[in-house]
Amino acid sequence: MMPIHPSTWVAYTLAILSGFAFGFVLERAGFGSSKKLAAQFYLKDMTVLKVMFTAIVTAMLGLTVLRAVGVLNWNDLYVNPTNLGPQAIGGLIFGVGFVVGGYCPGTCVVAATTGKLDGMAFLVGIAGGILAYSGVYPAIKGFATSGGGERRFLYDWLHLPYGVAAVAVTVMALGMFAGAEYLERKLGAKDKAQELPTP
Amino acid sequence: MRESTNQPDGANAEKPLWDPYLAGIALGLVLLGTFLVFGRGLGASGAMARISALAAHFVAPGWVEANQHLGGYFAPGAHWWDDWLVFEVVGVVLGGLFAALTAGRFKLQIEGGPRITPKVRILFAVLGGVIAGFGARLAMGCTSGQALTGGATFALGSWAFMMCVFAGAYGLAYFVRRLWT
Repeated sequence: MMPIHPSTWVAYTLAILSGFAFGFVLERAGFGSSKKLAAQFYLKDMTVLKVMFTAIVTAMLGLTVLRAVGVLNWNDLYVNPTNLGPQAIGGLIFGVGFVVGGYCPGTCVVAATTGKLDGMAFLVGIAGGILAYSGVYPAIKGFATSGGGERRFLYDWLHLPYGVAAVAVTVMALGMFAGAEYLERKLGAKDKAQELPTP
Repeated sequence: MRESTNQPDGANAEKPLWDPYLAGIALGLVLLGTFLVFGRGLGASGAMARISALAAHFVAPGWVEANQHLGGYFAPGAHWWDDWLVFEVVGVVLGGLFAALTAGRFKLQIEGGPRITPKVRILFAVLGGVIAGFGARLAMGCTSGQALTGGATFALGSWAFMMCVFAGAYGLAYFVRRLWT
């Protein structure tokens, strides 16, 4: 029955390996580059969307199948607690930081270790943001902890069985990929046309 | 160690990036693996909270220990490093470095849009980090710990977070276009 839950120090050792694989893939995806990451928000390069949603769908389908056949104990899985208000407002703020700075916390680590000084600067900024949050936390604690913090699921919200929701998310992702390919072709061609007069 | 090269098509040119969909499948399998082994997904900002608390603790231990948000990391019997994510982020550092070295992509540089100076780029990188760090704490996670991990487990709040990240970034993108285009 999964998850396996190894003992603490075995888990910590394997955590380094998991992180190694995570960092390796992020670099190979091109996520150590702020220009590539930010291009997502100008619709020039849809790699962020493609990698992110392919990863979500891959893991989601794996979890869904293993749950359905009884190999995975779903109740034993850590699921992020839901506080809709703080997560929505936090997400909006986070998105602003992402497009201003060109990174998110995971990608800036990869950028920093691959020599990007702007990645290191973003990392320093994150520390500042976390400490600033900690400073104002007493004042915003009421809002920050509001929302119940329960295990709530997208499929319950949609009133769908989880297997159907998994298929729906997959179809949505495939639709977004088709849109992403179309945009890249269209805007990529436009850029090429603009570059032509200056050989 | 091989030096990084600027030759566009020399023998030492960078290895190409992975296809985005294949990279996504690889990332998804890593994520699935952590769920099956540890019962939890990947993350980044959670570890950074602990490391930031450690850094602040050198300067102002009293403030950190008394702080409602960070104090728990330094409570009696607690250790700042005692979290799965801290070890995972050590791995991210090593994995990212190894990947860049083996692809010929390790290079000291400041990367940014063509219309801004390196100094401005660094300034906005710090500013963006401050904003993203603040938002990640309020949202209880970032693109890794919420969007990827929560997204794959259908966590409702994580999906709300993800949509709002894109909304915030696309909403502001036009106004900061000078930074990137």
